[in-house]
Amino acid sequence: MKGSIKIDSNLCKGCGLCVETCPNGVIEIGSQRNGMGYFYAVAKKTSKKAENGRGCTGCTLCAIMCPEVAIEVCREER
Amino acid sequence: MKKVFSRPKLLKPNPFHYCPGCGHSLLHRVVAEVIEEMEADEIAIGIPPAGCAVLAYNYFDVDMGEAAHGRGAALATGVKRVLPDHLVFTYQGDGDIAAIGTAETVHAANRGEKITCIFVNNAVYGMTGGQMAPTTILGQPTTTSPGGRTGNRDGFPLNLSEMLAVTRGSAYIERTSVTTPAGIRATKKAVRKAFEIQLQGLGFTLVEVLSPCPTNLKMSPADACKWVDTEMVNFFPLGVIKDITAPQENHDAH
Amino acid sequence: MKRDEKPSLMRGSHIVAEAAVRAGCRYYFGYPITPQNELPEYMSRRLPEVGGTFVQAESEIASINMVIGASMAGARVMTSSSSPGISLKQEGISYLGGLELPAVIVNMMRGGPGLGNIAPSQSDYFQATRGGGHGDYRTIVLAPASGQELCDLTYRAFDLADHYRNPVLILADGMMGQMMEPVRFPVLRDVQKLPKKPWTITGAKGRKSHFIRSLILDPGQMEEHNWKLIRKYEQITDQEVQYETFKTEDAKLVIVAFGTAARIAKAAVKRARAEGLPVGLLRPITLWPYPKKALRELSKHAKHFFVFELNAGQMVEDVQLALKGDADVFFYGRPGGVVPNPAEIARIISRQFFQKEIV
Repeated sequence: MKGSIKIDSNLCKGCGLCVETCPNGVIEIGSQRNGMGYFYAVAKKTSKKAENGRGCTGCTLCAIMCPEVAIEVCREER
Repeated sequence: MKKVFSRPKLLKPNPFHYCPGCGHSLLHRVVAEVIEEMEADEIAIGIPPAGCAVLAYNYFDVDMGEAAHGRGAALATGVKRVLPDHLVFTYQGDGDIAAIGTAETVHAANRGEKITCIFVNNAVYGMTGGQMAPTTILGQPTTTSPGGRTGNRDGFPLNLSEMLAVTRGSAYIERTSVTTPAGIRATKKAVRKAFEIQLQGLGFTLVEVLSPCPTNLKMSPADACKWVDTEMVNFFPLGVIKDITAPQENHDAH
Repeated sequence: MKRDEKPSLMRGSHIVAEAAVRAGCRYYFGYPITPQNELPEYMSRRLPEVGGTFVQAESEIASINMVIGASMAGARVMTSSSSPGISLKQEGISYLGGLELPAVIVNMMRGGPGLGNIAPSQSDYFQATRGGGHGDYRTIVLAPASGQELCDLTYRAFDLADHYRNPVLILADGMMGQMMEPVRFPVLRDVQKLPKKPWTITGAKGRKSHFIRSLILDPGQMEEHNWKLIRKYEQITDQEVQYETFKTEDAKLVIVAFGTAARIAKAAVKRARAEGLPVGLLRPITLWPYPKKALRELSKHAKHFFVFELNAGQMVEDVQLALKGDADVFFYGRPGGVVPNPAEIARIISRQFFQKEIV
């Protein structure tokens, strides 16, 4: 299954719970600061996300764990 | 691609004021999702506390009326007695519900008030800056229990939920956590069940939610979650504490 | 106002309770304390007859917070207590002030400080008229002096509370609460016809959600809220002052007294008049707002004021503030629950005339 996430950089506080939670390691804390001054989380670039070769599956675990409700998840329909 | 997760409509688009990694906003989302799924937004009335969640009315898009510190259950009693068909819930921290508001909570439970208390237990006074809470666990250092809480000097962590389960008026009490996706799902299920039991008029309901406070625990958000899962649960075991609707139980209610 | 054709003979606490029901009060939350227990007892029987709800709370603190909840939900609601219990309610009364919620609170005062006793006293005047709890706020304070007035002021209290979105305090004492007098009640009001309250929290049905709160973190906004309250209090001061005068037209000496003390003072005035002394009575009915203008008006021809209270001297400060040193102010009080008889007060009146050579 293929999925994708959209992280609202204005809401993210860079707590890193999504990074910890993602089973496929596709999220990282980026190098940019948002308006609140936090380094916010971003989805890894395609070339970097092959930690276990699966990429985002749209499992929603990151969004479930996000305290800021900053992540939207889409999934390919079968 | 189909959207499979997005912000519930009953959460206003305001950014949360909570610290990074705080469990409060996770729980806000869960409660908002449940109200939305039950289509109860027109009958829902929330009672925010004094404490970190004092600004909860900036986030929940339902009617809300602010209570004084600890008085949520009394205020909710007043609201519910006037509007018996409404879904009335308080949202209270550990200091609010288990220290200054103990009497109000115990007696609301004992009267069997048809309300739901959402009790956020993070083992510390968050808003005032990390003082000892009634639920601070033994050995846990806070700004007013230096070197760690000792039973002899500071008294013991209070298991309010277990106390409330003893009252004849309580119908459903469960303790969950918001430290893992599984815990969040269990929390959502518990909140929904509590709300349903309230609307059925069966009695007092409460969901205690163990929640990470990384700032005052002085830990990373991930470590704070682990601390709740490995240390805090030893004093506050997860699970259903009372459920008068469960077939095998035989509680002496009503 | 339509009233019952026949008068009823009832004790003060029952009069207040029945008048509240007639005014549309359907919710009562309270905690027992002497000397006002007859009030919640009456409510526990009466409210279910009219579709209302009575809850005996676990404390005065809980009961005032239940009042807050019921008021937020739009109901006409009341609580009652006596002095030590009113101290406990002050937290909630401050919130009622800050949240701008209507509610009626009854204080059947007893002797204090501390646990004091259960005898009639007026020692909560300061607490009642200065707000009582924390923060810049005022409660409207009504001081009845008869059975009929217990009824009429209680009835009116609910309208005032709703109109101004402000707590109203009925300040009486153990004697007023126990005393039996005939009273003609207004007929039962149709609660469906009471003015609607768009600000209440009743579920966001067919409208946007809203919230009621007293926390305003921004100092600028908090100041704005404070000034808004103050403007409301100024309006109340302009429009709601109530008092009674008795034989003040030609009076050289005016007694100022409220509630039970005013009844004693009135009898003393009659005795002194029989002796030919030109004495009158000013009885404030609203203690806040206070009848300052009436006092100043009287001071044009009366240069001697005699303040009589069942306490060690509290309202006398408001009299002094109103008169601004333009007249002589003498105080006599009996604290601790002691109730003097009219003869004692009449003697003091005579002595004043003699000592101060009032002619």
